[in-house]
Amino acid sequence: MQAGAQTPTAAPAAEPPGQRREVASIGRRVLRLFVYQRELTPVLITVGLFAYFTIRAGSTFTDSLSLSSAAGYAGPYGAIAVGEVLLLVLGEIDLSAGQVFLFGAWVEYWLHNAGTPIGISIVIALAVCAGVGAVNGLITVWLNVPSFVTTLATNFILFGFVLIYSNDAQGTPIPLSAGTGFSSKLMGTWQWSEILWVLVITILGALLLTRTRFGTRVIASGGNLVGAAEAGVPVRRVKVWAFVLCSFLAGLVGIVDAVKYGTLDPGNFGVDYILYAIGACVIGGTALTGGRGTVIGAFIGAILIGILEDGLTLVGVSTNDFYVWVGVVIIVAMALNAQFDRIIARSRGT
Amino acid sequence: MSAQAEPVLEVRGVTKRFGALVVLRGIDMVLRQGEVLGLVGDNGAGKSTLVKILCGFHQQDEGDVLVGGRKVSFHSVEAARAHGIETVYQDLALIPQLPVFQNLFLGHEVTRLGPLRMLDKRAMRKLARQYLDDIKVRVPSVDAEAEQLSGGQRQAIAVARAVRAEPKILLLDEPLAAMGARESRLIIELVKDLAASGRVSIIVIDHNYAHLFELCDRINVMQGGRITTDQPVHETSLEELTELMVSSYRQQLEDVSSAGA
Repeated sequence: MQAGAQTPTAAPAAEPPGQRREVASIGRRVLRLFVYQRELTPVLITVGLFAYFTIRAGSTFTDSLSLSSAAGYAGPYGAIAVGEVLLLVLGEIDLSAGQVFLFGAWVEYWLHNAGTPIGISIVIALAVCAGVGAVNGLITVWLNVPSFVTTLATNFILFGFVLIYSNDAQGTPIPLSAGTGFSSKLMGTWQWSEILWVLVITILGALLLTRTRFGTRVIASGGNLVGAAEAGVPVRRVKVWAFVLCSFLAGLVGIVDAVKYGTLDPGNFGVDYILYAIGACVIGGTALTGGRGTVIGAFIGAILIGILEDGLTLVGVSTNDFYVWVGVVIIVAMALNAQFDRIIARSRGT
Repeated sequence: MSAQAEPVLEVRGVTKRFGALVVLRGIDMVLRQGEVLGLVGDNGAGKSTLVKILCGFHQQDEGDVLVGGRKVSFHSVEAARAHGIETVYQDLALIPQLPVFQNLFLGHEVTRLGPLRMLDKRAMRKLARQYLDDIKVRVPSVDAEAEQLSGGQRQAIAVARAVRAEPKILLLDEPLAAMGARESRLIIELVKDLAASGRVSIIVIDHNYAHLFELCDRINVMQGGRITTDQPVHETSLEELTELMVSSYRQQLEDVSSAGA
């Protein structure tokens, strides 16, 4: 009761009974929590889905094979989503990251086939991926091409390269996939290694966005581009680095993913991945308007999609249902984000 | 008094074109130590462009800018800052999604762990609170996002950010635009306090003669990319000042129409 009196927000003129006021103030606080902790909504939905599938499918859903397959769906989306969040906060987008996710493993495969030691071919492949990001960023920033278009084009170019140089052959297994040593397990053969990579990347990405000067510059550039530049933020450099980081991370986990599955398919199209990744960002609470976003939310969004895909398969409904559900979740998430943003804007001047 | 003080900033024959559009046609201007100089003129007279050259955002095509008697060339906002010039822009340059304390430190973040550049948010919060108290700027909380502040509060934060860097020269581009009477008062008092400290010389762009009369030691009128009037404010009244400005506009109009005839 005392706490209610301490809140500085003025009570309405016609005072409702104390009890009702307290309920209203609790309601306001809960709403505030959801508005400012964007990850909370997808966490609750994910927990709800988990409970639902556990009840429907029981131990077939909760055993490690099923959960690792959920993680297998979530991993690629999550890995791409982490870098993508940075770009969305900047008010940019990278449609090529899904293709880079596939392309990095191809570069590594070609280099290794040509006789390059495995470690060196991985390092070069990652450098190439980072280079693709640099090209995306430089074209966007210096030639003033919208990143949507730049990265759409890079996506096709990379896909074409893979088709041309793979001679339509299925890729043979990457040597690490056959190994049983620590490095093989680390790079993907252990069933949980990919999602652990993604988890580590997520934590580092979240720290980068919320705790470092670079993160502040990303938010500033996305929130008020001219203002940030006037305040001395090197907005162009920040953008290019974000593109580099996004491609690098996609390439890195792409290689882990390739080692995990052991084969490469030249017909695999990256847009499939990028659309889920952007979906994961949106579900996690990142608007596409710039200035706001959460890396952890994107990871949770990816997990949510993974659980949905795995769970619906197990429950035995047609996989086609999955697409409908993903669509519904994305729309609901985006509508909530928009409402939350309006609530923040309306609380002005209090 | 200020007439005898040393010039901290001199502008000599500065011109600026954007494509075919000539915005500044040979600007000569002097700002003296501890002085508040007002800059008035129609929209499009070139006031904002002049300020953006002085703060390193644009570069002049011709002419020189001297700081403390030395010729300088600013290729960036940072370069101007290094010479002690800070600016508060018309659009405030605040980031709506960042909290007050991060807006205050934008471009001057307190970081730790060396190259990792981790933000020291605790230190920044503490410094921000202390600093805003010192200059008597009130906000709901240093953690409030800029988007949640009123226009006057945002303006105060923008001025506070510029002053925090302890500039020698402070440029204020329409600090009172779109502001209510009470909020204007807040900013006027803030600027007067700064000017009274004597450590900073200030250029203010504004449209309101009464505000300028109260704030400034001297007023320059800009028209068509030139400075047409340079008038000290002391020993003159607001009415005289206004009349002078209006007649200067009238003169300009007559010049234009006679040139056209």
